[in-house]
Amino acid sequence: MTYIPHSPKERDAMLATIGIKTLDELFKDIPAKFRFPDLDLPPALTEMEAAAELAGYAGANETTQSFVSFLGAGVYNHYIPAAIDHILKRGEFYTAYTPYQPEISQGTLQAIFEYQSLMTLITGMEVSNASHYDGATAVAEAVNMAYAHFRGKRTKMVISPTVNPQYRATLRTYTQGMGLTLVGDDAHANLDGGPEIIEKLIDEDTALVIVQYPDYFGCIYDYTQLAESAHAAGALFCVAANPTALAILKTPGEMGSDIVVGEGQPLGIPMSFGGPYLGFFTTRKKYIHKMAGRLVGETVDNRGQRAYVLTLTAREQHIKRERSTSNICSNQGLMALASAVYLSLLGQTGFRQVAELCYHKAHYAADQINKLKGYNLCFDTPFFHEFSVCCPKPVAEINAHLLEHGIMGGYDLGQDYPALKDHMLIAVTEMNTREEIDLLVEILEEISHD
Amino acid sequence: MTENTIPMTSSIVIEPTMFELSSPGRTGVTFPQPDVPVSDLPKTLLRKELPLPELAEVDVIRHYMHLSKFNYSVDSGFYPLGSCTMKYNPKINEDTARLPGFAFSHPLQPIESVQGNLALMYTLQEWLKEISGFSAVTLQPAAGAHGELTGVLIMRSYHASRGDTKRVKMLIPDSAHGTNPASSGMIGLQIVQIPSDKNGNVDLAALKAECDDTVVGLMLTNPNTLGLFDENLEEVVKTIHACGGLVYGDGANLNALLGILRPGDAGIDLMHFNLHKTFSTPHGGGGPGSGPVGVTAALADFLPTPLVNIVDEGDDEIPPLYGFVNPTKTIGRVKAFHGHFGVLVRAFTYIAMHGPEGLRNISEYAVLNANYLQSRLRNTFRVPYDRICMHEFVAEGMVAGSDVRALDIAKRLMDYDFHPPTNYFPMIVHEALMIEPTETENKVTLDAFADALIKIAAEAKTNPELLHEAPHKTPFGRMDEVKAARELVLCCWLPEDYANS
Repeated sequence: MTYIPHSPKERDAMLATIGIKTLDELFKDIPAKFRFPDLDLPPALTEMEAAAELAGYAGANETTQSFVSFLGAGVYNHYIPAAIDHILKRGEFYTAYTPYQPEISQGTLQAIFEYQSLMTLITGMEVSNASHYDGATAVAEAVNMAYAHFRGKRTKMVISPTVNPQYRATLRTYTQGMGLTLVGDDAHANLDGGPEIIEKLIDEDTALVIVQYPDYFGCIYDYTQLAESAHAAGALFCVAANPTALAILKTPGEMGSDIVVGEGQPLGIPMSFGGPYLGFFTTRKKYIHKMAGRLVGETVDNRGQRAYVLTLTAREQHIKRERSTSNICSNQGLMALASAVYLSLLGQTGFRQVAELCYHKAHYAADQINKLKGYNLCFDTPFFHEFSVCCPKPVAEINAHLLEHGIMGGYDLGQDYPALKDHMLIAVTEMNTREEIDLLVEILEEISHD
Repeated sequence: MTENTIPMTSSIVIEPTMFELSSPGRTGVTFPQPDVPVSDLPKTLLRKELPLPELAEVDVIRHYMHLSKFNYSVDSGFYPLGSCTMKYNPKINEDTARLPGFAFSHPLQPIESVQGNLALMYTLQEWLKEISGFSAVTLQPAAGAHGELTGVLIMRSYHASRGDTKRVKMLIPDSAHGTNPASSGMIGLQIVQIPSDKNGNVDLAALKAECDDTVVGLMLTNPNTLGLFDENLEEVVKTIHACGGLVYGDGANLNALLGILRPGDAGIDLMHFNLHKTFSTPHGGGGPGSGPVGVTAALADFLPTPLVNIVDEGDDEIPPLYGFVNPTKTIGRVKAFHGHFGVLVRAFTYIAMHGPEGLRNISEYAVLNANYLQSRLRNTFRVPYDRICMHEFVAEGMVAGSDVRALDIAKRLMDYDFHPPTNYFPMIVHEALMIEPTETENKVTLDAFADALIKIAAEAKTNPELLHEAPHKTPFGRMDEVKAARELVLCCWLPEDYANS
């Protein structure tokens, strides 16, 4: 009865009003043979006991607080300013529903409107929706949108093998049975060729070209030429971007993208073992009617006050049902709020500072590691805050050794790319000090001698 | 920048945007100077400008505090939004989800270093199986609709794996949530709508007429969106199974069934859970949700990859090792990583604190509250399918002798400091008011809500204008939705003369 407030007297009065004597009488429609099953679950805990129990589970993990971490691969350990969580914990935000009643939801609506503004600004695009589940599903929704845009007449989706393997796996799941061909989705492909390799895959049947920026290996390319080639073939061009990198790098909008999506986790959202995160989705105004997801627009109320409403809702499933581009309903409202608070706290100075710190520290780490005997940087391409290193020993072995020294090493790329056996993807953020980087380098050197 | 600048408008600004509050040179957070040598930035790859707002921390806090006051929420009052299960969200859930051991763990860490996370996920899978009567559960889907997508992909893969590829039809009752047809449509299935009968059940004759060897299955919400338990459930399930189809359960209304009926026992083949509804993880102003899917043994091999399982049993000395396994015929991955882990922690906490009796109490009192309100209101607003309801019921938002509509009644309720019920859904009821009180409201609150609705019905006759123009006491009035859709102002940037401000 923990959160059920009825007194026995109240309960009995309510039963009397209904005209029944017991709670069981409410369930006569339930087939008797299935009714009231005994659930084999542990007995209820008090709050005090539950707090201890959960602390036990949490305590059984190692974390980036107990270890120095160089693990990234799509999820990054950034500093999260204290003010963010204080705002997220406001019951007015986190215990509200989707803002379908705008008169009493202006807090959520204006916050989403500002989030949309921030996302268009950092990506260099024109419109943003109110979010998707994560970066992977945002990529899948970009494909849905392109498919709808060409009314199913173009069936080829070109996706670079250097897009996050989890995103590509998600896309394969979403598109199964749709009659689409995913071209370029090949872990055995040449991974060192840059945009030119992708360019060769585009043809007149291509609906969408998808690349990642920086790509999965941390490399940054100017995709302007690739976007032009996609457009020349009549296709749309989509970039899956890391938002932190966009604080300093040329925007995908400037390169000519039609859709820019990505994982918003780096914007003030805890790593939390994989979620909840934030899939951001931005596009050009001309494609807005095919874009999925909620959208907030500015208007006025009947008192002449500036206000915000969910708009163009006729695109969405609750109106359009089976003819909608996507089935999305719940999105990542609270995570979108977190990212907007993050960007408003950092502002242009702080956000750029974070990106530059990541860049400088990653380049320092890469330089030091590259000097070590047996270790080489895999790609001779500019990179942002993550880079791939060819190692003298299996990555699992190196990581086990690093763990003994309190370091969580990088991601083992051989798990996803057979050709990259013994390759480690190392991420460095503003959270890593020079001492930590030096320690990593020292241990890596030690390992190569063993 | 021309397309995105703030249009000239004479409207009254209640709370400026963060861009309007911005002032050159301010910042809320600063970071240390680099402790490593500075490298050259890639000159040809740099952006030209980054016109983010510039605010001090206090500006940001006050901005969002002001905004928060414009929101109605469960923490501020009664939120009887049908189909959404807006119950109270225990505060302990927020604390457990934020424990550093959870919040600071990376999803790609070696499994040996995240045994706490994996044990929690494994246990939650086991609990959801027990609560629902299914054989296997995936925690990966991010929300209810995402669970539906997972489910319909599993259904199609199951048929295809048996060489049964001509099944293309999904049967969906006319009372279903919009996500049901959207999820099936998204993967290219044909939707066949099944009408409801006069008691609000699936029309059996219409169902049977559509049942043939092209049926993938039926997507059934039970209790349905009228809040009624389908009296023919067993017959419906038998009919679908007889033609080789599968029955998908939309778990949106599971709050009526905890410890009352296990959908798996009743022959449902697979179902999604909405952890953000039934298990009280908050709605977050529209998300994040979490939509685990439970399936029968026959469908377990098709679940998304990976699943959490015990990969090494251990012994008396060594505890079991939890890890990931790949179902043999998996539909694949439906999102990156392992689902909305932070939401899973909240649901785990909630279930742990309820135990078997507590879970049953949830549904008993949710159903008690709905029936109590139905009893108090049925003489004021017509209830078209009037029988003992489950956790919610649907009334017609009309008053004899008045032109007020459900929308007017909903808006007027705001003046009495209540969140309105869901309106205009389900579509099979005219001027629908769909009322779901949940178990966490006491009689005093329910009486106040019923009294307000009865008073509003009287106002509808004596002073209909009061309702047409409602709400009056909220910080904002009715919106010009046409203007929003016509002008499509979807974002704002810094003012053009910002640098000189």
